[in-house]
Amino acid sequence: MSQELRINNNKFIDQTTRLSFKFNGEKLYGYKGDTLASALLANNIHLVGRSFKYHRPRGIMTCGSEEPNAIVQIGNDPSLTDPNVRATEIELYEGLEAFSQNCWPNVKFDIGGINNLLSPLLPAGFYYKTFMWPASFWEKYEFFIRHSAGLGKSPTKPDPDIYDHKYYHCDVLVVGGGISGIMAAKLSAENNNETLLLDDKNILGGATIYQNNDCFQIDGTHTNYWLEKEINKIKNIKNLTIKTRTSLAAYHGYNYLLAKENLTDHLSPDERKGKIRQRLWKIRAKKVIIATGSIERPLIFNNNDRPGIMLSSAIKKFIDFYGVKAGKEISLFTNNDSAYETAISLKKSGVNIVSIIDIRDKSSSKIVKEVEKHNIKIYWKHTIVNTEGYRRISFIEIMKLSDDGSGVIGKKIKLKTDCLGISGGWTPMVHLFTQSGGKLKFRSDDNVFLPDKNKTPSDQISIGSCNGDFDIKDIILNSNKDVKTFLGIENSSFDNLKVESSKEEMKRNIWLLPSDKPIGKTKPFLDFQNDSTAKDVKLALREGFKSIEHVKRYTTTGMGTDQGKLSNMHALGIIAETTGTNMGELGTTTFRPPYTPLTFGAIVGRNVGEFFDHTRKTAMHNWHVQNKAKFENVGQWKRAWYYPKNGETMFEAVQRESKAARESVGILDASTLGKIDIQGTDASEFLNRVYTNAWSKLAIGKCRYGLMLNEDGMVYDDGVTTRLGENHYIMTTTTGGAANVLTKLEDYLQTEWPELDVYLTTVTDHFSTISICGPNSKKILSKVIPDLDLSDEKFPHMSFKNSIINGIKCRVMRISFTGEHSYEINIQSNYAKHVWELCMDAGKDYNITPYGTETMHLLRAEKGFIITGQDTDGTMTPSDLQMDWIIGKKKFDFIGKRSLYRSDTIRDDRKQLVGLLTDDPKEILEEGAQIVEKLNQKPVEMLGHVTSSYFSPNLNKSIALAVMKSGKKLKGKKFFVPMENKNINVTVTDTVFFDKENKRLNA
Amino acid sequence: MKNKYSIFSLIKNAFSSHENWQRAWRDPEPKKEYDAIIVGGGGHGLATAYYLAKKHKMTNIAVVEKGWIGGGNTGRNTTIIRSNYLWDASAGLYDHALKIWEGLSQELNYNIMFSQRGVMNLAHNLQDVRDLKRRTHANRLNGIDAVWLNTDEVKKFCPIINTSPDIRYPVLGGTLQKRAGTARHDAVAWGYARGADQLGVDIIQNCEVKGIKRDGDQVIGIETSKGYIKSKKIGVVAAGHSSVIANMAGLKLPLESKPLQALVSEPVKPIIDTVVMSNAVHAYVSQSDKGELVIGAGTDSYVSYTQKGSHNIVEETLRAILELYPIFSRMKMLRQWGGIVDICPDASPIISKTQVKGLYFNCGWGTGGFKATPGSGDLFAHTIANDEPHKLNAAFNINRFVSGDLVDEHGAAAVAH
Amino acid sequence: MFIINCPYCGERDQTEFSSGGEAHIVRPKQPTELSDDEWAEFLFMRKNIKGIQFERWNHSHGCRKWFNVVRDTSNDKIHAVYKMGEKPPVNK
Repeated sequence: MSQELRINNNKFIDQTTRLSFKFNGEKLYGYKGDTLASALLANNIHLVGRSFKYHRPRGIMTCGSEEPNAIVQIGNDPSLTDPNVRATEIELYEGLEAFSQNCWPNVKFDIGGINNLLSPLLPAGFYYKTFMWPASFWEKYEFFIRHSAGLGKSPTKPDPDIYDHKYYHCDVLVVGGGISGIMAAKLSAENNNETLLLDDKNILGGATIYQNNDCFQIDGTHTNYWLEKEINKIKNIKNLTIKTRTSLAAYHGYNYLLAKENLTDHLSPDERKGKIRQRLWKIRAKKVIIATGSIERPLIFNNNDRPGIMLSSAIKKFIDFYGVKAGKEISLFTNNDSAYETAISLKKSGVNIVSIIDIRDKSSSKIVKEVEKHNIKIYWKHTIVNTEGYRRISFIEIMKLSDDGSGVIGKKIKLKTDCLGISGGWTPMVHLFTQSGGKLKFRSDDNVFLPDKNKTPSDQISIGSCNGDFDIKDIILNSNKDVKTFLGIENSSFDNLKVESSKEEMKRNIWLLPSDKPIGKTKPFLDFQNDSTAKDVKLALREGFKSIEHVKRYTTTGMGTDQGKLSNMHALGIIAETTGTNMGELGTTTFRPPYTPLTFGAIVGRNVGEFFDHTRKTAMHNWHVQNKAKFENVGQWKRAWYYPKNGETMFEAVQRESKAARESVGILDASTLGKIDIQGTDASEFLNRVYTNAWSKLAIGKCRYGLMLNEDGMVYDDGVTTRLGENHYIMTTTTGGAANVLTKLEDYLQTEWPELDVYLTTVTDHFSTISICGPNSKKILSKVIPDLDLSDEKFPHMSFKNSIINGIKCRVMRISFTGEHSYEINIQSNYAKHVWELCMDAGKDYNITPYGTETMHLLRAEKGFIITGQDTDGTMTPSDLQMDWIIGKKKFDFIGKRSLYRSDTIRDDRKQLVGLLTDDPKEILEEGAQIVEKLNQKPVEMLGHVTSSYFSPNLNKSIALAVMKSGKKLKGKKFFVPMENKNINVTVTDTVFFDKENKRLNA
Repeated sequence: MKNKYSIFSLIKNAFSSHENWQRAWRDPEPKKEYDAIIVGGGGHGLATAYYLAKKHKMTNIAVVEKGWIGGGNTGRNTTIIRSNYLWDASAGLYDHALKIWEGLSQELNYNIMFSQRGVMNLAHNLQDVRDLKRRTHANRLNGIDAVWLNTDEVKKFCPIINTSPDIRYPVLGGTLQKRAGTARHDAVAWGYARGADQLGVDIIQNCEVKGIKRDGDQVIGIETSKGYIKSKKIGVVAAGHSSVIANMAGLKLPLESKPLQALVSEPVKPIIDTVVMSNAVHAYVSQSDKGELVIGAGTDSYVSYTQKGSHNIVEETLRAILELYPIFSRMKMLRQWGGIVDICPDASPIISKTQVKGLYFNCGWGTGGFKATPGSGDLFAHTIANDEPHKLNAAFNINRFVSGDLVDEHGAAAVAH
Repeated sequence: MFIINCPYCGERDQTEFSSGGEAHIVRPKQPTELSDDEWAEFLFMRKNIKGIQFERWNHSHGCRKWFNVVRDTSNDKIHAVYKMGEKPPVNK
């Protein structure tokens, strides 16, 4: 492997451990500790991708999460591939495979490059102005647009990785482990605060940890050595938890923050097997200290996007941290002192610096003087007007700036270079601050938006360069002071540090650097990923898009995966200049979470697959499973749907079950229905208010069916309630409505009628319910409970008895949802399966047939009983359901009563419940089908729909319940149910199809 | 039309480096008086102004917007367009809109990228199946394209859905409207703004309404941050802020303004080319032309005007997404945001006169307003111009809350509540 | 994600609670004496305030008690919490 671009550096990279990796199929080598980006640069590879719109060649531009260009696909296993990974972030591991995205056939020769030639036709928003003709062609245009858009490729198989969540409470959260974050963490932990320090890199120390420059010293040592010592000190402080590879994603209200910890993305496929991939930390911190640092700005000039053009600070990190030279003949272009640090680092590592181009007239700061000692050529008051080199920068052209900086003068100088570092100043990372609700203020000296101290939430502060301190002296002084004040600390080990730095004296900022060509003939890029240029911003303004949000959306500046970290400020600056507005007044576009992209897997955590939602099972569940039941989901419950025997279809099973229940005896697990225990001296009064019918005179030991309305008069639940004692009832509700009913009833008790002496307790899970119905049900029950007098006189329909089965207390209700003679045994769930088995045993000579929800629905439909939620849809009143009898006429009030008398609610042509019989008794209607009178009308008038439909084996014909306009008046009339391919003739009938006199209840 | 957009004008302007494009809309100061004022410069408000000018020849009108046009819910929604609602009244309303969508780019000479890629609603339990079949039958008989798909057919239409019978709430089938799809939301606002402006409508941005003046029971003008503006017809289209404006006129509405969140993933090559919605496994997803997955679900449960919601909604939404699309677990969320949606008790809008003469309200669209934008604008313009609702919005009057004649679309609105 | 100070249990995470809408909407004592308009006012009309509003919350995954909250809906800041049946605290 060529070592030309490496220098000896074992501090942060392990140059004794060589790793092999592949990029676009080519096998290459790097070292442990490299990122993919540093390893590529070491192999002299800058060209890594193509831009979104113009497909221009793109190179590695930064050394961090703000990277807009070096976005690659990692791996090609369809279940594990990761699209849009930043090469500057992914740590190298043995066997890593990476691919350029959005180019074909390859990144060097991309057919999409034709867009670059077409670029005059493709300014911002071009797609709004065309693709409209012919109208039918939009689908075809869209096909091409969609295929040329998008960056990487989604996985196509399910993700096998595991993601975890962690809940963390602390006194102080410090976000960012650079020099100020480390100071804050140390101060906080040393003063008895449970402290959490997070950093997204694999080691602490930010940029200072590799600074190593004579100009910057603390207490007589280079800043990096000083910081290294501090880091060692904090590693063992009690109260301090340090997490690296953990990035803060979102700062929500009430100091709720989300951080993502990367656990295995830096490991080889073998090393990561069986491990959790990422962990989302859900943090509540009493106080937050934001130390997120700042990001260097690029400069905006003609053709500023070529591979090899990088942020100057990135070049510095690549050489000082990774030991990689980004080029052999490096130039630097700057408007501030930072690039001079890079120059010194490069010089010390033996790299040839072609020149430094500085737009300022002059700077005499310490660091510039250091550079001048090395005889590096500096072109003061110059700017770059053009660059050359399609796949790698090869030349820059520079000219002198006019005095006011608006134009260029003199002769063009052409300089050869293979790498250009640019530095346009620094942008404080204020994303998290603004997410939390903090407001920014603008500092015009250096054109930065900073946290406004007067508009900062009281439980947080920002320190370091994200707070606008760029000089190390200021950083140390202010961080120390502010943290001490914030945490109420008197003395700090950072008081009275002697700090030396190079103070920057001269600044100059030109948002859009001039060229010798008119702007229309230049390409000054703002957003390197989305290909928006300064021209696009001006075009947007010209077309009337004045708001910064409009400009952003129209030009897509700042809408890429980097969310404008490099482009937002320049876009704002150009808007301000062009419109003559103050940047501070313009403000910024809204920062939204996440700060860097978060996997869906990490956000969801463990609640996938079998943990997607709770599963509620009855006490008899395993018995149903063993007896081959099929299940349906009713809310969160699993209910036995039907029990197919010997290869039966569902239809066959349900027919058999339904017949058996009426011919002999059927058994149903009804445990899922809601059960609410109601006690108190006002219990009857309470029932009177929540049900439509009257309850005060219900005798102890009797059961009654009740209907519940919402205040808008619509039926929403129903069930049988039993009076167990003077002040004691047990209410049943539907399965799906149980939780809702309990919540509503409690709401009324606590907030409307606190004067009522009533207590509610949910006993849905506490008791199980075994329902036995059919002409032989009495025989079964008498075997199971021999001592109970089951005569109709002693134990009439709609009454209950306390009893004992094998020493176990139970309640037996005579309630029937099927119209058959029925009993419901309520027993504590621990014993339920045992009692079920006793019943099964007692019934074995009577063909006792377990039946599920489908049969239960069929049997009740034969009797015209409604199922709320199926025959009702929230728009039916009791009268609509032909249940006028259930409205207590003498009752003063009940929930929903007033609504029943509104002008629309009393209309007699509302949809009302009816029965339907098909002319062809074998034709079974589809639930949901609509009912019409006239077929050849247009539009067809729909009169109602089929709510429940079955083939009844007990009547040997199909039956259905439906709701129809003016249903009460339609008995005997004929209608149509129009299906897609045929029209079915139906006749309206009574809703009760079977045993209209209810003789079978006492059979 | 001056300033026409086409490939020819693009080519022509390329020669002058695109420096000669005209403003899409002017930036006028408000006049002292207008024949009508639309309060709210979102899609619905701008569409209303456009149709007032275009179809009713009312050009001496203004749209007054407190921020930047399209900056409210129009710029924040998940861009789903469909008309497969249950009741006749809703079907009529939304399909009226859908028919306009189908020619809107050409009508406005602005490419709003209406993509009829189909919208599927999935069923996960037996009652879902009944409800969706009921809706499918009703749609069909109302002349709206809708078909029922069984599980295999769902899988065929969108292969990446997990239709395994072993997941917690398996897909039991679904209903598909093929004419439904998506559009580019910002473009709708900009297209209508440009169209209205060309017809003479004044679009006044950064102009906040601070009061509504009445003379007895007739409205006579609005107080704004740019001064007092007279008008005898005021149409309020302020979405989440409807109650705030109503309050200025002494009116109360049956609305609650809640956060609705949405999110996008990083852009990837085409992976899903339809829109899929599910109530029971609650989330909806589509892919924008840029390649981002666009995802949303239900509202937060509390009233808030912050345009932010709580994180648990995002987590629950993505949990549903991963349940149905387990391949998306490694996809990354790029950005999340929120809007303010005005929720109406029956999940149907209010497009109505009020008891104050000349004051009209168009609100209550809740989570489903974007799809109706052209229809809403058209019908509201009719209502304002004629001082009477059109037959297609007659059912959506504010009096239905008194009579009880609600249009309950909770199921079809496809949003869990 | 709010932290809500349940008057019975203390500070808890928002996910333990469910929201109950506008507070102090009293169910009319004589519904039959109300016109359809007045009944609609009770059933449906809401203040929906942008700013300080009084609302109800329930500690559904905790003590299951209802209580009232004073919250500014323009910035989600909770100013006070008071028990069901109590009068709202006076403006600070």
